[in-house]
Amino acid sequence: MPGAYAYYPGCTQESSAKEYGESTKLVCEELGIELHEIDGWTCCGASSAHTTNHLLSVALPTRDLQAAQEMDMPVAVICAMCYSRLKYASHELRDPKTLALVNEVIEKDFQNTTQVLHLLEILDKERIPVRKSLKRLKVVCYYGCILARPKKVTQFDDEENPQIMDRLVSNLGATSIDWGFKTECCGASLTLSRRDLVRDLSHRVLVAAKQAGADCIVVACPMCHSNLDMQQEGIAQQHGDQADMPIIYFTQLVGLSLGLSTEQLMFDRHFVDPRPMLREKGVI
Amino acid sequence: MARIGVFLCYCGTNIGGVVNIPRVAEAAKAMPEVVFVQDNKYTCSEPGQLEIRNAIVDNSLDRVVIGCCSPRMHEKTYRKAVESAGLNPYLLEIANLREHCSWVHGDDKERATSKAIELVKMAVAKVSRHESLFPKEVPVTKRALVIGGGVAGIQAALDIANSGYEVVLVEKQPTIGGRMSQLDKTFPTLDCSACILTPKMVDVAQHPNIRLITCAQVSKIKGFVGNFEIDILRRAKKVDETICTGCGVCMTKCLVRTPSEFDLGMRDRSAIYIPFPQAIPLKAVIDTEHCGHFQYLKARQEGKDVPDCNICQQTCPAEAVRYEEEDEIITERFGAIVVATGFKTFDHSAYGEFGSGRYPDVISSLQLERLMSASGPTSGEILRPSDKTHPKTVVFVSCVGSRDDNKGRSYCSKICCMYMAKQSIMLKEHDPDVQSYIFYIDIRAGGKDFDEFAQRAQDEYGVLYLRGRISKIVQDGKKLIVYGEDSLLGHPVQIPADMVVLATGVEPNDGAPELAQILNVSYDTHNFFVEAHPKLRPVETQTDGIFLAGCAVGPRDIPESVAHGSAAAVKVTALFSRDTLTTDPMVSTIDQMRCVGCLACAEVCPFNAIEPQVLRDGRVVASVNESLCKGCGLCVATCRSGCANLKGFTLQQLLAEVNSLWR
Repeated sequence: MPGAYAYYPGCTQESSAKEYGESTKLVCEELGIELHEIDGWTCCGASSAHTTNHLLSVALPTRDLQAAQEMDMPVAVICAMCYSRLKYASHELRDPKTLALVNEVIEKDFQNTTQVLHLLEILDKERIPVRKSLKRLKVVCYYGCILARPKKVTQFDDEENPQIMDRLVSNLGATSIDWGFKTECCGASLTLSRRDLVRDLSHRVLVAAKQAGADCIVVACPMCHSNLDMQQEGIAQQHGDQADMPIIYFTQLVGLSLGLSTEQLMFDRHFVDPRPMLREKGVI
Repeated sequence: MARIGVFLCYCGTNIGGVVNIPRVAEAAKAMPEVVFVQDNKYTCSEPGQLEIRNAIVDNSLDRVVIGCCSPRMHEKTYRKAVESAGLNPYLLEIANLREHCSWVHGDDKERATSKAIELVKMAVAKVSRHESLFPKEVPVTKRALVIGGGVAGIQAALDIANSGYEVVLVEKQPTIGGRMSQLDKTFPTLDCSACILTPKMVDVAQHPNIRLITCAQVSKIKGFVGNFEIDILRRAKKVDETICTGCGVCMTKCLVRTPSEFDLGMRDRSAIYIPFPQAIPLKAVIDTEHCGHFQYLKARQEGKDVPDCNICQQTCPAEAVRYEEEDEIITERFGAIVVATGFKTFDHSAYGEFGSGRYPDVISSLQLERLMSASGPTSGEILRPSDKTHPKTVVFVSCVGSRDDNKGRSYCSKICCMYMAKQSIMLKEHDPDVQSYIFYIDIRAGGKDFDEFAQRAQDEYGVLYLRGRISKIVQDGKKLIVYGEDSLLGHPVQIPADMVVLATGVEPNDGAPELAQILNVSYDTHNFFVEAHPKLRPVETQTDGIFLAGCAVGPRDIPESVAHGSAAAVKVTALFSRDTLTTDPMVSTIDQMRCVGCLACAEVCPFNAIEPQVLRDGRVVASVNESLCKGCGLCVATCRSGCANLKGFTLQQLLAEVNSLWR
């Protein structure tokens, strides 16, 4: 059932992952899912806040959740890190003492009844009218380390062997290949400080996808995308093998099946251009 | 005026460390009708009991209050002490100064002492209204029911039967033998499991005192110790047991193939089947869920057209197949029950990181037992499931579904460390080229010759023990890449393995909590049955006449299960050595003069102990069957006219307790 959601885009949707944000808006429009951007949303605290100050790391996302509370809608998120921070905040705020303290900090009266959903969870309950089958496409779904973990916080899916994205791409007609690296680490924000490590870790993921026989990797996290896509050239230099593996957001894949164009879905923004592969598979 | 003696126990420092006993004693001296007060370091000790006895005689006491631990602990002990002095044993009241006071109020000694004084005051008020009670004698039905035909149940059944008493052994599966029958060798002696078990199974089948009912379970229980009436639901086997010769012709003719439970899905069986060649009873049974004939019947009911199959009926040389056979309820009387429902292994599909069960060569330890067994799916040749090749590198992962709070299994399964050592030794015996790795948290090898055995696996068989947990198993072509950590070296490790064996933990069998509810005995958060006392009454339950044996209580190995089965048998035979049992006289009574016959009490009674009785004047009143009554008091709380009363806990006594607090 299409519904209305308080949409929390997250900072990457306006920068490195613009195609994720744009494709999300287009897809939701097509499916009749109303996304109302939270007015005046701020940083979720990912990467830096939760490694420096616990209270700050809870207060920042709570501010955004509080804004959603005023809209009286569940929150829709697409970035895996934003999702994790918002979920963590809800989890921490179950303790009344923390809730009172954070309310004092943000000078609001947050009740902690606002539901936080990842777009994958919303689409999982949606019937998608596939206009263009992705029948010849073989993909591996890469959830990354954080989307499903820790389970007691996210309640998302099996944390070691999640299925929700696999279900989605199968519904679109594509073949989702079972593989062992669904929730492995890509190196995440170490990309700023230890690029060599990130390239080692992401290399493993790319090699495993290749061995599994995938045409592309489907992702749900801007960080994963950036490490796997943008770093692919550097990975090739460090390891001496060219993966040539397109990295596609699941929203772009849904967009394709709904008949949206590659321009609309911003496929030109990828470092590894997915379009030749998509053409070869008859998707575009 | 009663002459009440108050005895106060320090219980070492258990009570005395918190409650100021001399002050309680001082206060007790001033309580009404109290003529004697004494304290003691350990009242339950022999000298302590002797002091009570002497004090009763010397001071002509006619009522006794003891301030000590819970009555569940020592009430019986003290009743005997009181009785030895010539008093009625029920003229005793216990004030629980330990569980109800010192153990829970250790942080406030002052108020704990005040509370102790009040508890004693209440007990004094109550005991002065005690009456002498006299137990009744009821006859004992000297037949035992053993539930579960694993090695613990078999041992219990044989021991009871050998003592000359009749036993009915009820087994849920089509055969007895339990988990032990699935094993190849046993640690640490490497005895062949089947070779030592099957003779015992045959003994059960041939014993004149044992009646075996398979495909059956207990569905209802009535009565009490010495006089249980039990309904046993026997599922239809669709084969006449008395005629079937176990020749196996039907199995070769049957067209259906479905995974065998006995071989844990590593081999197929037919829909009409005998679980394994040494099964007891060696009789075929039809699995109606998969049988072609029953699928035909079901389809016909749904209006679908499916060809019928009755090939087993046509080809059975003994003409034993009975499609029309129905489930039946067998009602029998027993004096005692032994619960030996055993265990199953943890389902490792809960672990996504180990592949959720989707990698064919990641198998459970019990599956490896079947692969190693000469009667198993590969006739004892160790071939990995995916491509039937000999695995050369095998990785064992310990604690799968044990010691893992994330999976709700906080406990240690106890047997896995040892069976991993055994299996890795056996792998090397089967094929000298095999290299085994064991990822462990701790090596728990407590037991006779156990540690030496685990050491031998390392020293003589070159098994590599790596201390650490596995993070992931990934299928890479024909290999399984095991990612783990050697926490002693502090290094991540990667092992390309041909086969991975998960040491899946022990958990109670399906249906254990339901059975516990039927039998009205306790079970814990993990669904293991709970003993009456974990140290001193390890085979009893809180319900008299119901005993426990084997892994139904918790993880244990074969010798322990056997010993446990024998221990339960001893308890049963001790019970049967008497012709009558004395029942607890603290039961409900009905003042029939005042009873209006509404029978609301009968409706709430959980033991069906209250029945209507027609008096000579035609008036209908409630009447208590004292043998069935457990003294729970529900009827007392329910009775509208206040005519139900509980001996030893009368309304007058309870009121006196409450009144004593503000006087």
